[in-house]
Amino acid sequence: MAGSDPRPFNVLGKPLRRVDALGKVTGDTRFADDFAMPGMLYLKLSRSTVPHARIAAIDVSRALAVDGVRAVLTGKDFPVPFGILPVSQDEHALCLDKVRFVGDPVAAVVATEELIAEEAAALIGVTYEPLTTIASPEEALRVPEPRIHDYGDGGNVHKAVAFDFGDVPAALASAHLVVEDWFFYQGNTHLALEQHAALAYLGTDERLTIVSSTQTPHYVHRAAAKVLGVPASRIRVIAPPQGGGFGGKTDPFNHEIVAAKAAMITGRPVKIALTREEVFYCHRGRHPVLMHMRTGVDRAGHIVGHSIETLLDGGAYGSYGVASTFYTGALETVTYRIDRYRFRGCRTFTNKPPCGPKRGHGTPQPRFGLEVHIDKICEKLGLDPAQWRIDNALAEGSLTANWLKVRTIGLVPCVEAVVAASGWKERFRKLGRGRGLGIAASSYLCGAGLPIYWNEMPHSGVQLLLDRSGSVTAFCGAAEVGQGSDNVLAALVAEVLGIDILDVKVVTGDTALGPVDLGSYSSRVTLMMGNAAVEAAQRARDRLADAAGLGIPLERIAFGGSRVFDASDPEKGISFAEAVQRAEAKGGTVGTIGSYRPPKAPGHYKGAGVGPSPSYSYSAAVIEVAVEESTGIVRVEKVWIAHDIGRAINPVLVRGQVEGSVYMALGEALMEEQAFRRLPPRLSGALVHQTPSMLEYKSLATLDMPAVETILIENPEPNGPFGAKEVGQGPLLPVPPALANAVYDAVRVRVDEVPITPEKVLAALRSSSARFGPSKFPAVSWPEALIVPPPWEGGDGNAINEPKRRERPERRRAEVAKP
Amino acid sequence: MATHRIQITVNGEAKEGQVESRLLLVHFLRENLRLTGTHIGCDTSHCGACTVLLDGQPVKSCTFLAVQADGHQITTVEGLEQNGKLHPVQEGFWEKHGLQCGFCTPGMMLTSCALLNRNRNPSEAEIREAISGNLCRCTGYVNIVKAVQYAAEKLQKEEAHA
Repeated sequence: MAGSDPRPFNVLGKPLRRVDALGKVTGDTRFADDFAMPGMLYLKLSRSTVPHARIAAIDVSRALAVDGVRAVLTGKDFPVPFGILPVSQDEHALCLDKVRFVGDPVAAVVATEELIAEEAAALIGVTYEPLTTIASPEEALRVPEPRIHDYGDGGNVHKAVAFDFGDVPAALASAHLVVEDWFFYQGNTHLALEQHAALAYLGTDERLTIVSSTQTPHYVHRAAAKVLGVPASRIRVIAPPQGGGFGGKTDPFNHEIVAAKAAMITGRPVKIALTREEVFYCHRGRHPVLMHMRTGVDRAGHIVGHSIETLLDGGAYGSYGVASTFYTGALETVTYRIDRYRFRGCRTFTNKPPCGPKRGHGTPQPRFGLEVHIDKICEKLGLDPAQWRIDNALAEGSLTANWLKVRTIGLVPCVEAVVAASGWKERFRKLGRGRGLGIAASSYLCGAGLPIYWNEMPHSGVQLLLDRSGSVTAFCGAAEVGQGSDNVLAALVAEVLGIDILDVKVVTGDTALGPVDLGSYSSRVTLMMGNAAVEAAQRARDRLADAAGLGIPLERIAFGGSRVFDASDPEKGISFAEAVQRAEAKGGTVGTIGSYRPPKAPGHYKGAGVGPSPSYSYSAAVIEVAVEESTGIVRVEKVWIAHDIGRAINPVLVRGQVEGSVYMALGEALMEEQAFRRLPPRLSGALVHQTPSMLEYKSLATLDMPAVETILIENPEPNGPFGAKEVGQGPLLPVPPALANAVYDAVRVRVDEVPITPEKVLAALRSSSARFGPSKFPAVSWPEALIVPPPWEGGDGNAINEPKRRERPERRRAEVAKP
Repeated sequence: MATHRIQITVNGEAKEGQVESRLLLVHFLRENLRLTGTHIGCDTSHCGACTVLLDGQPVKSCTFLAVQADGHQITTVEGLEQNGKLHPVQEGFWEKHGLQCGFCTPGMMLTSCALLNRNRNPSEAEIREAISGNLCRCTGYVNIVKAVQYAAEKLQKEEAHA
């Protein structure tokens, strides 16, 4: 475990106020849109009004003639494509020759005032040559031409993958029971309250600076350098604190790059603030996913074979979609013991705003399916679904069928905690018609094991500067999205150095001022930045201990109460500031660095890069609902949730993240939909977003939010800083399936689809099958499956039918028992 | 475009401006006065991030014209702190972790102030009702309710001592 265990802790585990909260209650915190500069110009984008078309001509003359307009840009100004993943460089800052969804940016106007820019943007005339619109994945499979993109796995398939971790059909053939299900998880969006904004300017330091509400300043830095043709060393990206992200600000965006180009052209600062409607077009939210599952169990309910097929509606661009596709299968195995596993995943392009990573990235959809599927299996076998989860929990230290190494597992204590708190044993299946309890469990990553672009460098770095005043400045590229990462950084440094958390000044989210941190995504920051911070702080501690001159062995030197002292004789010591001064006198300026790179993963097949993590967090939830049979309205009475946090750095912040996850999950489970419709023919017939406005896109308000009882399970994780795991995303996962299972307990109908709206509950109640949901999965031409024997079937982590990708050292065959 | 001379008392200070008829109050506050603590979150009066007090009543400044505020008193988040002392509602949101990203916080606090000005001892249901027009995407509202309860207790104590 990184970080020794100097109990009692100075800072860890204490419900301290956030180090960045004061500015948020006074209005002093400056979000991206709060920045302004003298002489600043304003940027507005002109967006496509048609879903799929070739651009025949763009007439910018009327816009250019407007008084106050300083520049008009089009796709020709941005010939170089970009995209978050190296394999999906399919976006242009402004559309070059084609538009791919209603809302795709076509041109940009820079003007002295925002309203002038907006009015001029409306005068840009675009002549389109319409192309057939692809509205759904089913259509994308059926209609290979015209292609939305000229790359991918054929037609309008972006990515199709197939894996066999053991012979699943054989396992199902000999299983005691095989259950088959179809599920659909609707897309939804992040709806962070802060709308994206960016300000770009050329500084007197001869640098192009981009201030942007981004969760990933490092990736914006790379994309801007690539598209603008400016050396990365002359670009600085600043990510101020954000008004929420949830994954919606993890891609480099067209508006950031256009603002930068506009600043280069005009020589003036250029600002863009997106409207809420435009944020709905940026999207990158939850992929709608259709799922088909088949699972075979033995008499005791143990899974002998599990198969999942997923079909993702990717929208118009790649975004993180290749990773999302893998994630709809990768984490099926890290919760329960599964002997053999078969996964097929397919992402299609459609003419809608691009989908990407939202809280849980690609895993809430299959998690919903799996947990409801298990509820049905337990029902068929007459097993208690809570006990099943305890009996089938993966063992600590397991290697899964798809070669993921799982270390600490807090699953069983999580299930036991919510079972006890909710009175599960006395109340499940006994609440009477109209009321019900449901349970589900889940797991999530603490950061991805591999970076987005291939490199051997650290995923996170922290640099410390110790001042002779006794203050410490911590520099790190991590982005504070609202989740509390600045607080994690300050807390860990303060803990190791034994100083007041307010004596740690954090400087984050600035590519010019801190070492690279890859960004606030995949729940990676606490673990990765945290380990880097602990390493840097321990190095500082070593220097101070060495120079303290207390005349005692180093191992007796303790840090606490802003003092450096003799652990055996606490009166004997010096102040922390004095210790810094002595270290500075002895060895010069006191600065240290720390960095973190995740351990190598055991899987080696093509595709094994998605899924590995230094650690996995676990969650379990029980939900109680009341269902009104005359209307189908589901009222959530209470949520009990337990989360395996490893160790809570600040329990109040951790609970806040858990409760926020429950809230966001209930929104997805009950009402949120990123849905589309075709306009009537007299209005062009275009495929448009049904509700690109917060007025119609429904989310939970205070009166919709039920009581939440949060239980933290602390079982320190050796790979985490002081044992800490993630909490930003994992606790979202068990909520939608627990809700669906509770609805079944209440009224004995299955809604195998999210969101669970009153209309669907009513339809299920009126249906002879007592079910609402999909019942088929379209034909997909899957690629030849990679055959990767599970560890206990003699595999070595490679596919046996894979062409050799690159020279690999010979590996000893693993002798591994089934988990 | 017609312009109007307006005078608004913002956080106790008289402010004047020559504004277009169409200028929204939120833009007057953010752009003209550079009071950026009032946020824009939806443009449609749904999220409440732009909430300010107009003569003590919460209004959503993104759907309120600057000219409508002519002659009125406006309170923004920047005006809550008095004589270097945080308002009990600010203390509550800080102390009770009633925020994560902090974007909804100014609007939440101002709506809460209006509630506490008319009801010093609100029940949880009354708090939830009062702030039901303000969305928060981070907290699940759990700690926001606690923050308002903290502020109510603090205000009651302060008045008991006075």
